[in-house]
Amino acid sequence: MREELLSIIEKNSRIGINELATMLGKEEIEVANEIAKLEEERIICGYHTLIDWEKTSIEKVTALIEVRVTPQRGQGFDKIAQRIYNYPEVKSVYLISGGFDLLVTLEEKTLKDIAAFVSYKLSTLESILSTGTHFILKKYKDHGTILDKQDEDSREVVTP
Amino acid sequence: MRNFLSDKIQEIKPSGIRKFFDIVVEMKDAISLGVGEPDFDTPWHIREEGIYAFEKGKTFYTSNSGLKPLREEISSYIKRSQNIEYNPNDEILVTVGGSEAIDIGLRAILNDGDEVIIPQPSYVSYAPCSYLAGGKNVIIDLKEENHFKLTPQELENAITDKTKVLILPFPNNPTGAIMEREDLEKIAKIIIDKDIFVMSDEIYSELTYDKKHVSIASIEGMKERTLLINGFSKAYAMTGWRLGYACGPNEIIKQMTKIHQYAIMCAPTISQYAAVEALRHGDDDVNMMRQSYNQRRRFLIKRFKEMGLECFEPYGAFYVFPCIKEFGMTSEEFATKLLLEEKVAAVPGTAFGDSGEGYLRISYAYSIEKLKIAMERLENFITKLRAEKRKAF
Repeated sequence: MREELLSIIEKNSRIGINELATMLGKEEIEVANEIAKLEEERIICGYHTLIDWEKTSIEKVTALIEVRVTPQRGQGFDKIAQRIYNYPEVKSVYLISGGFDLLVTLEEKTLKDIAAFVSYKLSTLESILSTGTHFILKKYKDHGTILDKQDEDSREVVTP
Repeated sequence: MRNFLSDKIQEIKPSGIRKFFDIVVEMKDAISLGVGEPDFDTPWHIREEGIYAFEKGKTFYTSNSGLKPLREEISSYIKRSQNIEYNPNDEILVTVGGSEAIDIGLRAILNDGDEVIIPQPSYVSYAPCSYLAGGKNVIIDLKEENHFKLTPQELENAITDKTKVLILPFPNNPTGAIMEREDLEKIAKIIIDKDIFVMSDEIYSELTYDKKHVSIASIEGMKERTLLINGFSKAYAMTGWRLGYACGPNEIIKQMTKIHQYAIMCAPTISQYAAVEALRHGDDDVNMMRQSYNQRRRFLIKRFKEMGLECFEPYGAFYVFPCIKEFGMTSEEFATKLLLEEKVAAVPGTAFGDSGEGYLRISYAYSIEKLKIAMERLENFITKLRAEKRKAF
């Protein structure tokens, strides 16, 4: 049940326990217990909403920053990653294989804020060798969802 | 002017669904649960393979029986799913949907007056195709109390010395019924005993829930007397690609290939390339879709229970077939009223044979969100009907 449950709520975390239980063919209590367990084990880490901020009046700028660092003895990349992810404006931090080490997503109000973050906060951390900043111009698809897609049923309305 | 129309064709009734269709199309904000095809788009990697085939200029005819690599993939798919071996060279024919296979299969088998046993409710094309091929249709009315399975007794009662073919439409559209191995073994025994041929339409074979599909051809002694029909429409959400296939004894495939060659030439080339990709790398997609259908199926069954609407639990296809006899209306009256009053379209059971009277086919090839709204409307509707009935007493 675990994987099927996760795959349903990954797409719709607002679904009620009752409905979830029906879809899985389980009792509500079983499903509720399983969700509690998944939360406890930090397999479920949060319930977020996918928002297309571009359609709102709020100004946001998002940047992807490639970061090259010198890993530290005994701690590898974890320590420096932590230094970076503790900033609330940092939305995600990934350790990456290939030409650089960390990929940082940063969300700010203006371009200037991003520039300030990179030059005053990020670059000045010790063990950071270099950064490369890419601004996001348009989001087409996020979290597996195509943002502008209109769900339209193009089937004939009644077929045998 | 003379009447230029064929008498035979004029005898055939147009599909009962048509009339209904015209009302639904006119009606805005109606929710249709009347669709007999998946709501998923064809998985992207399959569509891309089609695009790639276009780019490479694969725009010519293929051999009559279909691309060799496709026939090989079909053969290996049936081997791994049903453990039946068909020779891709002369026991498999790629057709324009399962529908073409039904048509030319019957034409290859029947002589005038041969009796064809058709269990109903079932898909709308068996009876007309058989009729056009000269067959005499013998209908078996399947019963809800048997979960709409074909029972040995029903089969035996229908057999005469003119019986030539049994059409076996499982997993079933519109009832969602399936036949399990022990059910099929009993049928097979009679079939072999009475020396009858079987046309097994297994187009919904990938869509069974909690129980795996079994083909009658996998039962000992049946492969040589079965034409197995399947296709890509339901499993891979490829209805518009028009691609199916038939597997069977070489002698029959050979005759079918003649009709196919003269009437059709070959199945669409682009679709055939896409289908190779579907069979090679489409298992995950099928599993994902099956899981999703199963969730909706459970949802509907539960909602019917809550409404007190009688419905046996179907284990196949993507239909449920609730019984509406308590309301004292014909299926068509019920469906029309439901559409006009609550704007929910479902197909009257009678579209699939007289034995569908008193039932409704509800398709769950729709998102849970849509089904939820539709079920609320249906519940409203039957609550109203029950209240009216009480008042009348």
